[in-house]
Amino acid sequence: MFDDFFIRALVAGIGIAFVAGPLGCFVVWRRLSYFGDTLAHSALLGVTIAYSLEFNIAVSIFLISSAIALILIQLQKKTNLPSDALLGLLAHSSLAVGLVVIGFLTFIRFDIMGLLFGDILAVNKKDLITIWVGGALILFVLRLIWKPLFASTVNYELAQAEGLNPDRAKAVFTVLLAAIIAISIKLVGVLLITGMLIIPTAMARNLSDNPKKMVIFAIIGGLLSVFIGLFSSLEFNTPSGPSIIAAALALFIFSLLKVKQTIQLKN
Amino acid sequence: MGNNILVKLNNVGFQQNQKWLVQGVSLQVEKGKIVTLIGPNGSGKSTTAKIALGLFKNIEGQVEKFTNNIGYVPQKISIDWTLPLRVRDFMLLTDNLTEDVIDEALSLTGVINLKDKSLGNLSGGEFQRVLLARAISKKPELLVLDEPVQGVDFTGEIALYELIKEISEKLNCGILLISHDLHTVMSATDHVVCLNGHVCCSGSPKEVAKNSEYKALFGEQASQTLSIYEHKHDHVHANDGDIKKN
Repeated sequence: MFDDFFIRALVAGIGIAFVAGPLGCFVVWRRLSYFGDTLAHSALLGVTIAYSLEFNIAVSIFLISSAIALILIQLQKKTNLPSDALLGLLAHSSLAVGLVVIGFLTFIRFDIMGLLFGDILAVNKKDLITIWVGGALILFVLRLIWKPLFASTVNYELAQAEGLNPDRAKAVFTVLLAAIIAISIKLVGVLLITGMLIIPTAMARNLSDNPKKMVIFAIIGGLLSVFIGLFSSLEFNTPSGPSIIAAALALFIFSLLKVKQTIQLKN
Repeated sequence: MGNNILVKLNNVGFQQNQKWLVQGVSLQVEKGKIVTLIGPNGSGKSTTAKIALGLFKNIEGQVEKFTNNIGYVPQKISIDWTLPLRVRDFMLLTDNLTEDVIDEALSLTGVINLKDKSLGNLSGGEFQRVLLARAISKKPELLVLDEPVQGVDFTGEIALYELIKEISEKLNCGILLISHDLHTVMSATDHVVCLNGHVCCSGSPKEVAKNSEYKALFGEQASQTLSIYEHKHDHVHANDGDIKKN
């Protein structure tokens, strides 16, 4: 069954949607969309390093993204620049350095479009294992830190005062973010991973009145985006990543109808 | 006596951007006792509470905490509405509570009818009642209440202070209370610490009211208010048959 490239892409997409839903909610709640973007951009550098050293790609991306997160924290402490400027600096410079390194590695043929925007043809059986095992691990760890992470998202001081450990939860969450980027790069590509985290979540926000519902809707939104995106990608021969994100956007626009209704009801 | 202490601050201080927010504060909160911090704006009341809670890393002096079961009502709480949150979700924020426990706490503060409402749609007073309900629901050993009744209507305010006193007796928990409402606070308080960047005076409400530094800080009026109030307090208790004297 997994011999068909389309089935593989679908299975990969389903796995990622399950992880992207809950993580995406925290990205939106904690206002980390640009941070996620920066980690994702740095993933390109991870890929090039993996190729040149013949190293596992997912592990390499994970390490580079985590390193970028650490560098960011250091820069935040040591410079007077605002966070968004630092994020922009890291995002674009790591993307640029990644592309420059690709230029040097003339002996390897890179599918740059595939790296940037995802390539369903590239998903192999090994990737499926990485996505599902890695994804399960991410969800398991997220479950463990859920309470302190959620409490400190609502209010940091409250969580800390009442004996939870928000700083540790935050650090672990950053690692999880790096991990999902590592496993989902082949499906949607470095430039669009954050979209996969944020757009279904944004749709879910329009439809929910409590956090649990929002997580569930975000997962459903992600799954629908993967299905619609991949099928239309097959049908119209469009790149997989952008098709998935475009499908997510369409769902988001639909969800706006609901918002309009509730606002009318309120008035 | 010694093992009744829940938290003890020994000559603590905290500075931010080379400016001392508060300095040289010593106090302790014991089981079943209410300690109230009073003082003008910017006198370091909230900072002192946060030091007691262990929210600052680089403090001067020592904080000894003998419990980890703490309920906290912060003075300011800004909740981001990108996060959909109902009252019932908020109640479960730091602890896993049963429906019964949640209902009980919300009933005590008079907001059980808001259980399924979105937190964003509450009024200031309603939200304050929910905050207090959340803090007491986990049956804490130590309650830290930073202006817990701000924005609550006048009758509600008195009822909530009664409730706070009741809780301290029922749960035998220690309470560190911050308030600028001299009237109501003093009735239930065992120990008052008057802050103005440092401890300017402390003791029983009566002692503090007589203190010249307190008078200088709050004016002669406040001192009189306090004694009038204490008189009233005495009276109420006599009616109840309570033998506690001031």
